[in-house]
Amino acid sequence: MTKEEKSLYTERPEGRKFDDLREIKAKVGVVPNADGSAMFAQGDTIAIASVYGPKTLNPKHCQNPEKGVLRVHYNMLPFSVHDRIKPGISRRSQEISKVTEWALSPVVILDELPGTVIDIHINILQANAGTRCAGINAAAMALAQAGVPMKEMISAIAVGKLDKTIVADVVKEEEDYDDGEGATDMPMAYLSNSGKISLLQLDGRIQISRMKEALEMGKEACKKIHEVQKKALKEAE
Amino acid sequence: MTKEKREIVIPGEIIGSGDDFLPGDWTVKQGKDIVATRYGIIEKQDRLIKVIPISGVYIPRGGNTVIGEIKDINFNGWQVEIGGPYGAFLMLRECPGFIEESEMENVYGVGDLIVTKIFNVKRTSVDLTMKSRDGGLGKIRDGLIIKVNPHRVPRIIGKEGSMIHLIKEATGCSITVGQNGLIWIKGDNVDSRLYAKHAIEFIVENTIVGGLTEKVEAWLKDNKDKYKVSLKENKVSEGEN
Repeated sequence: MTKEEKSLYTERPEGRKFDDLREIKAKVGVVPNADGSAMFAQGDTIAIASVYGPKTLNPKHCQNPEKGVLRVHYNMLPFSVHDRIKPGISRRSQEISKVTEWALSPVVILDELPGTVIDIHINILQANAGTRCAGINAAAMALAQAGVPMKEMISAIAVGKLDKTIVADVVKEEEDYDDGEGATDMPMAYLSNSGKISLLQLDGRIQISRMKEALEMGKEACKKIHEVQKKALKEAE
Repeated sequence: MTKEKREIVIPGEIIGSGDDFLPGDWTVKQGKDIVATRYGIIEKQDRLIKVIPISGVYIPRGGNTVIGEIKDINFNGWQVEIGGPYGAFLMLRECPGFIEESEMENVYGVGDLIVTKIFNVKRTSVDLTMKSRDGGLGKIRDGLIIKVNPHRVPRIIGKEGSMIHLIKEATGCSITVGQNGLIWIKGDNVDSRLYAKHAIEFIVENTIVGGLTEKVEAWLKDNKDKYKVSLKENKVSEGEN
């Protein structure tokens, strides 16, 4: 490739810039019964995370005598999208639960809580792409509010490549884009303090050079989200 | 307590740097920086920086007086729920007097609430005792139990029990504060118990505000007429923490 060709994708649906995020709303303490809870909304995507525990894990054979266990339950509510979703566990929700668990486990300090479990319930009230990222953002805030020891906060964002244009925080309409090279969706979770990435998924195709560019855009977006999370936690009391 | 509102920190936030500070509770040293590992407020004591948690489950500590519920009876003791990550166990030999094994149910039955004391915190369990030199431990037979955030308990008790004493005097109730966030209010009538309950709720809502003792005094004065409190029998409580 000598010179970059022009991308077919030039304008975003809500008139956003390519690296702009949707409007973010964050609030902690939305579920009074839980030990910690948070709401994270990114445009039309709304996630509520509630954290219960650390508490003793039963049955006993599931306990880990060395450290605590993290359990994530991701669930999309039936009314979260236009076509009703069948309630209950699906193949997709199981995968996202597991992936979220892996994304969160590097930041949670579980060594001091042997034989316990921390349950995280993520419910998607309304979905317009980026639900796993909104879920991780909400879960990180809820964990902090629940007083769980953590190394640092975690923020997540979905970066996309639409034809040849790299954009941050894709919406459903963009995910379905199929002109030119088509749409690539790349959710990532970033630890703002240490600069590590704890979740990176890729749906579609992307060149290695463009991937680096996309990661940089994602990191910048995650830093913005981190500021929002910080503000919400500090204003909670 | 001098500042109006203390600074809240989040996990991963740098709260001090350089060699002038030492990391205390819930902080770690990363290179030159001291980083918080828990959501809470900062406290600086000379060179030591620590984070005081403001939320989360109760963490049992040895010597704490707590209020627990009997969950099960074994041959050698009682399983007690005191909140927090681990279960607690009250051994038969930690109860004063001789108790026949067949009599255990009559002493503390399943569902009973007891005021008890933690004497040992093990890695994954807690040992309780009913033997105490200060007294005040035993079964709860009447009164009102309220639940608050366990991290607010130090403010409810106040310095050397000043705050709780203030409420006891104003309401005429006997109040036992469990470190696990359960509070037992024993009073002559419903009104005085509610008066005490609402006073405690007022403290919980305004924990971070400075000059709390004066504010509670003012609150107690302002709201006195709402409750029909008789201070004839101003008993001094037996179970103080």
